[in-house]
Amino acid sequence: MMNKVAVNRIIPFSSVDGPGNRTAIFLQGCNFNCLYCHNPETINHCNHCGRCVETCPVEALKLIDGKVRWDDTLCTGCHQCLKTCRQNSSPRVKLMTVDEIIEEINKTKAFISGITVSGGESTLQIPFLTQLFKGVKEMGLTTFVDTNGSIPLWEEESFLSVVDQFMVDLKSTHQQEHLELTGLGCSTVIENIKQLANLGKLYEVRTVIVPNLLDNKRNVENTSKLIASLNPEIRYKIIKYRALGVREGLVEASSPTDEMLLELKALAEEEGCRDVVLV
Amino acid sequence: MNEALRTIKDQTLTYQQKVVGLARVAENSIDILKIDEEVQAYREEGIICDLFEGNAPYRPRYIVPNYEKFMEEGSKFLNLKPPTDLWEAINNLLILYKHVPSITSFPVYIGNIDTLLEPFIKDEKEAKQAIKFFLTHIDRTLTDSFCHANIGPYDTKAGRIILEVEKELQNAVPNITLKYSDETPDQLALKAIETALVTAKPSFANHQAFTKDLGNYGIVSCYNGLKIGGGSHTLVRLNLAALAPKANSEEHFMTEVLPDAINRMNRYMDERIKFLVEESEFFQTSFLVKESLLDLDHFTAMFGMFGLAEAVNHLINPQSLNEKFGHGDKANKLGLSIIEKMHQLVSQHAAPYCKASEGKYLLHAQVGTDFDHGISPGCRIPIGDEPEIHQHLIQSAPFHQFFPSGIGDIFKFDETAKGNPKYILDIIKGAFNINMRYFSLYCTDCDVIRITGYLVKKSDMEKLDAGQQVLHDTVVLGLGSVKNQKVLDRRLRNDE
Repeated sequence: MMNKVAVNRIIPFSSVDGPGNRTAIFLQGCNFNCLYCHNPETINHCNHCGRCVETCPVEALKLIDGKVRWDDTLCTGCHQCLKTCRQNSSPRVKLMTVDEIIEEINKTKAFISGITVSGGESTLQIPFLTQLFKGVKEMGLTTFVDTNGSIPLWEEESFLSVVDQFMVDLKSTHQQEHLELTGLGCSTVIENIKQLANLGKLYEVRTVIVPNLLDNKRNVENTSKLIASLNPEIRYKIIKYRALGVREGLVEASSPTDEMLLELKALAEEEGCRDVVLV
Repeated sequence: MNEALRTIKDQTLTYQQKVVGLARVAENSIDILKIDEEVQAYREEGIICDLFEGNAPYRPRYIVPNYEKFMEEGSKFLNLKPPTDLWEAINNLLILYKHVPSITSFPVYIGNIDTLLEPFIKDEKEAKQAIKFFLTHIDRTLTDSFCHANIGPYDTKAGRIILEVEKELQNAVPNITLKYSDETPDQLALKAIETALVTAKPSFANHQAFTKDLGNYGIVSCYNGLKIGGGSHTLVRLNLAALAPKANSEEHFMTEVLPDAINRMNRYMDERIKFLVEESEFFQTSFLVKESLLDLDHFTAMFGMFGLAEAVNHLINPQSLNEKFGHGDKANKLGLSIIEKMHQLVSQHAAPYCKASEGKYLLHAQVGTDFDHGISPGCRIPIGDEPEIHQHLIQSAPFHQFFPSGIGDIFKFDETAKGNPKYILDIIKGAFNINMRYFSLYCTDCDVIRITGYLVKKSDMEKLDAGQQVLHDTVVLGLGSVKNQKVLDRRLRNDE
């Protein structure tokens, strides 16, 4: 039997998931549980409780043999199911084989530089990704991985051999703060950044700026120092926290002002980063 | 009120616009063309439309002078010697532009301006200043955004300066096309995209496809591909949306209604061209012809069409968006067979004075005009019905092979794309790989936007809407299209 992964969504054309136009594949399931998660419906796998089936206004969801089934031809994308779900999950997920994903990429192949896998946390599926990427590289496309850096990637030799570049989130440089924010510490993340940079496979590092919740200045300062010490040309993306999609009641935060973001950008440049991007 | 008097008293027209308008009134006061009853009936029903070409054509609609020859030899009639430096080159071109006629009285093609100026570029700082004057002069005096410059496909210093300057100036005129091929370096293409995201130009032309069909070509007016040293005598268009309801079935449309309409339009075009070539004395007297900047043998004429989407949707009566043109297989296939049939029928007709295209009319996907209420340009998917961008490209590409004299689509992006112009370059490369001919883009936060094929400033449309005069005559058309064709509501392409 072919292995399958749970795919939350495939975006055929994406401008924000690496260089050029990329097909972005979002896998379901994450080992972090960030307080400010912008797509909490990708965190857990569906437990088939069936609540969403009751609230779907167009009967695109059905409970068959104890499993929630989603009919994408009926779905209008109203997201009522996501609002109903108490599991931080989504019934709008497809189990797909490598071949099925390749078939999707074939449709966009002429128009893209490559693919980017994201999540959820895509590196929880390393054997699957290794197989997928082998196929994608045969198509002449590049392979990028968007990751929280929680798995020791430097140990995954055959995986590394088929990944062109990684984009790693460094949400906090402080062990305790990272733990409180995500549920896990940051030492593996930092080690990944170092090792991947040394391999020439680190495309960008990203930090979300959340006033009132994190010590943003310290995080940007330490991250910039780290990047500058490894390779100052690595892109540092400083991301504005936006409340859109974030669960209610977990964080008391507002978006940072543009002024604050510009100060942080200047700080990163002062610490030696040469490619700092605000989004 | 009498048409001439109405023109004179119109508060929104500038002096120059009134003069052109009065010339049109004078031309239309004569009835010289032999138009038969069948043709006239379709003209009155708006099925055959010559887009205000006038009753007595006295110049070809689109003229594509050989500016390379002009630069090498100067002009006897204009008493101009070949230029020896950049300032002379620019001055000579600006002089010639004022003497190139067209349907609007402004030149619709002003040359491959990068390669024309490149030999004279010595000091880049001075060149930038000169090119800034050049482009500003064009915008303020050739006040019609069908005026079209070409650049590329090769990298030149002049080309890069033109892109930089346009990004700063953000003018609506001239329209610009980058001829794009495998030989265009990514760096130049990315620079072009960065400029287009600020000022809606240049568009990208598939250089390989145009060269294969036309040889030495220029992109003129909206996106019309025509032979250099020639042009198009006329552009008449067939309104498929208005024609389809005359058929009682798909078969009736394909076997009787459409062939009959094509026949009528051929007769009308023949008549217009014969008057122009044989009676108007243009080709016998113009210095452009005498000095071989134009050659009758390089002319063709454009058989235009529009409203394919509406015609198809009328014939198949779709029950949902999934079945409509642009989405449903049946609808898309019917659209393609209509165009194939048109191509076949139009190619069978012996067209007078069209040596540039082997004695045939060339199909043209016409971009519509301001009064086309709810009818889509050429073969385009109606605004509001657009599918996701990759489906959109795959759906529209197969039509492009049939339209050597022009077809194209417009895509609207948001500011995010400015951070990753390669994203758009990848899309364009893909589109040209599947044989799309022409690709236009703009960014939603810009003042200059592409209406259907030409450029207009949103701020100018607001002025005109408030009853004020505006410099460019195309603003009137833009405002009409915004009101009648929802051009501001194009689907935003934002990671889909």
